[in-house]
Amino acid sequence: MGNQISEGLNQKALAMQQWLLAHPFEGLKDCLVAYSSLTVLYNPVIIKKHYQPANTVYAWVADRLQQAFDNASQVKTEIRDVIRIPVCYEEPFAPDLAELARQRHLTREEVIHLHTAPVYNVYMIGFLPGFSYLGEVNAKIAAPRKEHPVPVQAGSVGIAGSQTGIYPLNSPGGWQIVGRTPLRLFEPFVPEPVKLETGDKVQFYAITKNEFMEYDQRL
Amino acid sequence: MLDTIQDLGRTGYSRLGINAGGVMDRYAAQVANMLVGNDTGEAVIEIHFPGAQFLFEQNTLISITGGDFNALLNDEPIPLWHPVVVRKNAVLHFPGLQSGSRCYLAVHGGFCVNKWLNSYSTHLKAGAGGFHGRKLEKGDEISFRESRIYFAGLLKPGREYEVLKWQVDTGNTYRHPNEIYMIKGNEWDQLTESSQQHMVEDNFTIHPFSDRMGYQLKGVDLKRSIDTELVSSGVSFGTIQLLPNGQLIVLMADHQTTGGYPRIGHVISAHLPKLAQLRPSDCIHFKITDIGTAEDLLLAQQQELNILQRACTERLNRMVC
Repeated sequence: MGNQISEGLNQKALAMQQWLLAHPFEGLKDCLVAYSSLTVLYNPVIIKKHYQPANTVYAWVADRLQQAFDNASQVKTEIRDVIRIPVCYEEPFAPDLAELARQRHLTREEVIHLHTAPVYNVYMIGFLPGFSYLGEVNAKIAAPRKEHPVPVQAGSVGIAGSQTGIYPLNSPGGWQIVGRTPLRLFEPFVPEPVKLETGDKVQFYAITKNEFMEYDQRL
Repeated sequence: MLDTIQDLGRTGYSRLGINAGGVMDRYAAQVANMLVGNDTGEAVIEIHFPGAQFLFEQNTLISITGGDFNALLNDEPIPLWHPVVVRKNAVLHFPGLQSGSRCYLAVHGGFCVNKWLNSYSTHLKAGAGGFHGRKLEKGDEISFRESRIYFAGLLKPGREYEVLKWQVDTGNTYRHPNEIYMIKGNEWDQLTESSQQHMVEDNFTIHPFSDRMGYQLKGVDLKRSIDTELVSSGVSFGTIQLLPNGQLIVLMADHQTTGGYPRIGHVISAHLPKLAQLRPSDCIHFKITDIGTAEDLLLAQQQELNILQRACTERLNRMVC
C-alpha cells in the first residue's frame, strides 16, 4: 500500500487481515501484516477446485482482497492496553549503549529516558519467531545497523534506524543493543508461543541488574 | 550431515514470525509418501549428502525419491521412485552423490514424531517440531507406525528386500532442470532496462553459500534505476530478491517471513521442486511467464499427483487383502 512506515497504513493492513481471518476462504494458507502491506499466501489448487474461478486464481484472490480493503473500515479496532516491558540498560546487557551515547553527546540516562518515554506501536513480527518491530524511536537515538551481524542474546533490545525491537532467541543480529529484558517473548511449547502481536502497544521501563536477576529467577 | 524430519510445512503462523519451513522439494516428498500408501502430508526424512545410515528394526515398506545418492540396501543398489519392501535388520545408506540436492525417505504408516503448531516439520531455530526440534544424529531411534500389511509375505526367502514393480515417471516435473520460470515481482520495474535484459538472457550460477534458507546466485551485477530503501514486507518460498551488492538470492523453504530487499520476481511454484534439486555451481536460466501459465503448470502437476495417488492406493489396497 506504500513504501513507508505509517501507523495509518499499518492499521489498515491489520484491519484487512482481521476481515480476512473473519471471512476466510478455502485455500487461504497464511497472511501477515508488515509496515505498510498485507501478504496473503494461498493454495491455487484448492481455490480452483472449490470456487472454479473463470479467470485466474490470482484475479479471484485479488478480488477477495479488494473486498477486504473495502470492508476494512468497518472492522472495529480494539483499543489495546499498553504492554509494559522491563529492560535492564546496564552492562553486560547493553554492549552498544555507551558508544551510542558518546556519538550523540548524550548521557546514559538521557538515552534510557529517550528509549523508555514513547509508547511504541508493534508494526510487524518477522525475521525470527516473535521478533517484534517497534516504532518509532526518537530521532536522537536512531542508529544505523552494524555492518556485520554479531551474536546476540535472547531478550536483547536493539535499535536499527528508527525501529527498536527485541530478539526473542539467541541469533546473529546487526541491531545496536541497548539493553535486555528478562521476559521470554517466544516460548515454543506454551499455548501462545509469541507474546507480542502486530498492533500491540509497548512501553519499556528501566530495571536494575538486581531486579533483572530476580525477575529471571522468578520465571 | 543435515537430515531432518519435514512435511509440507507449517502454515498459518507467518504473522508470528514463524516460517512455514517444510520439505524443499514438495513434489518428491509427496510422491515418496504416495508410494508407501501415506497421506501426502505425512512426515518424511529429508536427506542431504552425505546422508545418514539407517538400520530398519522392523519389516516395512519404504520409498526414496528426489536426489540420487546411490542408495544401497545391504550394499545392493535400489532404485529411486519405487516402493521397496525391506526386511528387518537391513541397512540403508547413501555412499555417492549422483545427482540432485536432497532426497526423501518415506516409510509406510509414517514416523511417530510430535507435531508442533500442526506440523511435523523441524524448525531448527525454534528447536521445535520434527525429531526433538533438531537434525538427526548418529544413534537416534525413530519409530514408525504399525502396519496392517504382512510384509514378510512379500519377501522371497533369503532376500533382504523386494522392489515393487511400479514406478513413477517424473519427467514433467524435472524436465529442463536449469530453466526456471518466474513471474515479475513488485520491484521488477525498478531494474534498469539492461539489468532486466541480463535477468532473462544471462545464466546465473548457484553459489556455495546456498542452503534451506536461500540460494545465492552469482551473475552480472544488476542495478536499480532508483535507490530508495524499502520497508520490510512479507516474502515467500521462491521470492527472488536483489541484494545491495547487485546479486540475487532466491528464498527457499526456511526463509524468514519478512524481508526488505527489492523483490525482482518469484519462481513459480511448479518449478520449485526442480530448483530444490539444483546444487552449488549449477546454472539457472530465468524465463519470465505470466500468472495464468504459472497456475496452469501447478494445476497440471497436481493433476499428475492425483492420478498417481489413486494408482498407488489401488495397488497397496490389493496388498492388504
